[in-house]
Amino acid sequence: MKEISFVLNNEERSVSVEANEVLLDVLREKLGVKSPKCGCERGDCGACTVLLDGKAVRSCLVLAIEVENHRITTVEGISAEKLSALQEAFIQFNAFQCGYCAPGIILAVTELLLQHPHPSLEQIKESMAGNLCRCTGYSPIFDAIMALTKVEQHADAAENVTSQDQHPALPNVEGK
Amino acid sequence: MKEYTYIGKDVVRIDGLEKISGAAIYGDDIDFGANLLHAELVSSTEAHAIIKSIDISEALKVKGVYKIFTGKDFPYKFGLYMKDRFIFAQDKVRFVGEQIAAVVARNPGAAKRAAALIKVEYEPLPAVLDQMQALADGATLLHPDLENYPHVPWFFPKPGTNIAHWRKTRKGDMKGGFNEADFILEDTYTVPRYAHCAIETHVAIGKFDYSGRLTVWSSSQSPHTQRHLFAEALGLGHKDVRVIAPHVGGGFGGKAGVTMEIIPAALATKLKGYAVKLRYSREQEFINTYQRLGVVAKLKMGVTKEGRITALDHKIYWDAGAYVEYGANVVNAVGLSAIGPYRIDNISIDSVCVYTNLPPGGAYRGFGYSEMLFGLESHVTRVANELGIDQIEFRRKNAIKVGDTTAYGAKMNPNGLLECIDKVVKAIDWGNKPAPTNPNTVIGNGFSLFWKAPAMPPNASSSAFLKFNEDASINLIISGMDIGQGYQTVMAQIAAEILSVPPSKIRVETPDTDRNPYEWQTVASHITWSSGNAVKKAAIDAREQILSLVQRVFNLPLEELYLEDEAVKCTQDPSFNLPLKSFVVDGIMTKDGTFKGGPINARGMFMPEFSSANGDPETSQGGHPNVHYTVGAAALTLEIDKDTGKMRVLKTALAIDAGKALNPDLVRGQITGGMLQGLATVLYEDMRYDSKGKLLNPNFTDYKIPTAMDVPDEIIPIIVEVPQPDGPFGARGIGEHTMLPAAPMVANAVEDALGLRIKSMPITAEKVAMAYLASKKQ
Repeated sequence: MKEISFVLNNEERSVSVEANEVLLDVLREKLGVKSPKCGCERGDCGACTVLLDGKAVRSCLVLAIEVENHRITTVEGISAEKLSALQEAFIQFNAFQCGYCAPGIILAVTELLLQHPHPSLEQIKESMAGNLCRCTGYSPIFDAIMALTKVEQHADAAENVTSQDQHPALPNVEGK
Repeated sequence: MKEYTYIGKDVVRIDGLEKISGAAIYGDDIDFGANLLHAELVSSTEAHAIIKSIDISEALKVKGVYKIFTGKDFPYKFGLYMKDRFIFAQDKVRFVGEQIAAVVARNPGAAKRAAALIKVEYEPLPAVLDQMQALADGATLLHPDLENYPHVPWFFPKPGTNIAHWRKTRKGDMKGGFNEADFILEDTYTVPRYAHCAIETHVAIGKFDYSGRLTVWSSSQSPHTQRHLFAEALGLGHKDVRVIAPHVGGGFGGKAGVTMEIIPAALATKLKGYAVKLRYSREQEFINTYQRLGVVAKLKMGVTKEGRITALDHKIYWDAGAYVEYGANVVNAVGLSAIGPYRIDNISIDSVCVYTNLPPGGAYRGFGYSEMLFGLESHVTRVANELGIDQIEFRRKNAIKVGDTTAYGAKMNPNGLLECIDKVVKAIDWGNKPAPTNPNTVIGNGFSLFWKAPAMPPNASSSAFLKFNEDASINLIISGMDIGQGYQTVMAQIAAEILSVPPSKIRVETPDTDRNPYEWQTVASHITWSSGNAVKKAAIDAREQILSLVQRVFNLPLEELYLEDEAVKCTQDPSFNLPLKSFVVDGIMTKDGTFKGGPINARGMFMPEFSSANGDPETSQGGHPNVHYTVGAAALTLEIDKDTGKMRVLKTALAIDAGKALNPDLVRGQITGGMLQGLATVLYEDMRYDSKGKLLNPNFTDYKIPTAMDVPDEIIPIIVEVPQPDGPFGARGIGEHTMLPAAPMVANAVEDALGLRIKSMPITAEKVAMAYLASKKQ
């Protein structure tokens, strides 16, 4: 067991982990963050996607011990104050059905929008190609993102991810 | 037509905030505290064998192991329509992956390590891995004691064979029908098995508390059916079994009935005071839950030169797996409906449910109709082409109409099949093709009709409770599952329409069998229709309570009172406006300071009282097994690379007669989702077994399901509305149907483009390229 510290959804957390424990299990079982879902445990489905310093990663393939001193963001982290414009678009466009893949897809697309505020359809498809959705046929998700990002003066679609989320955490976390 | 406020509107889903914010709780998300035990299964490595011994001694030494259970601990049979399964294998295993034992441990790691140490000694038996082989003379019997298995009265097993059920439908004069034909086409089509691939794997947690009550939290489409089967199998009273179904991460039929959920339920009864959890890995999800049944279909169709179908002989042999307690009803359903949406006077259908040493077949979106339509709609296209009649014209000419008789003799319900055909023809610009994008590609167009009826026992029912809160918001208490289709939202719309309360003020929780009223199951695309009727009745009950109270207190004529904008109003007195929130809980204060009324609580129930399964076993004539059919048409434009066989869907259109689309955007969502799921079954998905009955591709790396890159360039969803007379606001179900036409229309498009008829699914790029190569060599 080793005690590690990292910033989880803008809050510094410490937790004891085994060297072989994956981030998904630590988030869900030890830190009570349940939006990253388990779908395959081998990186195929993307339901466990989280942001690691602003980059979408599969938390079932990341060892928890590796995230020491980094920033992890889950859907809980971007929903705390109010939903992001992307999340609102998902609701308005019925861009989900069972909802199980939604947290992962929202984070994958959040990463895209941080890099490309006005993505092409091809960029959208590519950004979420590693996230499986069995219900929607993906089209309503494309529609939601296209409608949101084609608006010229759109609110920053990824607004709820702070600029800090894109960079490794600094020792002094904001607000502490 | 009446203008509705909420019905027929694109109301935003009421479960959106929960699911998009991360708040939605799924089975695996529930915390059970430090005393939770974890179960891991020991699964058969043999397709067919006698279990000679099970050695658990090494496993017991693993730190953290609490107890180990085997079949001896649970000698109980269970099953939905036919009791042919055990909770754990008893003396025999019948497929690779069948559960033999369970290790219960303090943590999942210990359970897994210990399970790997359990040694099972087998005496292998000959395995039958193919339904035609299982039907052959002298084939090994999977269930020698079949005659003793309890089953529903409309199943006809053949003891002494591997035939678990044989649905025969006979109508008219086959000999006369084929004599009348100018042309007869006979051929065989095959469909492999498929996996549902909901992204959430099965998970269930059982807890048998110290008072002797069993609670099961389960990712399920069927909480009340599960409660019933748990109570029956485990010998408990229904009041002492409680099933709580949180949000479900996709179902597609795979979470209908009971599969692995009975394991933690049974384990819990021997672990008093503990909660015990079983969560399937993706591999277990592939090898030991229901699978879509494999099919060999032999079709013989006779037609006149004018294009009238004179006779259809349709023999369908189903690879139903080692246990058919649910799958046999797939066979039954198709055996009643294998004429497709056509008017045919002379019919012979044999739908044969065959035991094989492969995992149990069961419900999968479409319930056998996808498999049946692959052959039928391929055949129809070929027959039309052979006659030199346009295939659309041929379909129009033979399309079933309201009042025509179905295969089993009941009358066809009102439907918009011809309108669907016309709208698809127009949307896809049938008869024209875009130019290929490069010299090596060719373009083909494919067409298909589809139909499907809910397959359910004649007494499958739905019910609803509805209670008002102080602010006139509503809790609608129902037991269907929102498996993603938008059920909660649509039920809220129905109540909203009757009670003039916006859907956003209506809360629908996922069910708990202790508190929610009975619902058969969320399957068969029957829930909008059946539960919708129950909800409508509950809302009408609430409205009657409200209006009669107002009538009593204010002495106003009942017929002048109505609900609008969350208030009671009066047609003859525009100034009368009594907000619901002023009295639906607290009652109405009268002049003397007393209160009249009280909390408004309402109920509704629906059972299709006209339905019966009493058809003649030899002909299926005489009953009314299906409540109604939903019909539609679809077409696509496919571009094929001649060398690689790679296919791209340029455009596809699907029209479905929803009766009344209660929420059109949700109907369109079923079309985009179902279409992609259907296209995947024909273009690349395929469960592959080795010669020993072991699944070779039990993961998403090797069993490919569509990604965002695989979406057709253009999907045109079309809604047709010919009302269902007994549906809520005219609605009927559409959820499964949207994947039904995909396979035959791809096969038809491939033939249109390359002149090659492929009669086995899937139609992969490899198969197309090889067939094209072979055709060039000839």
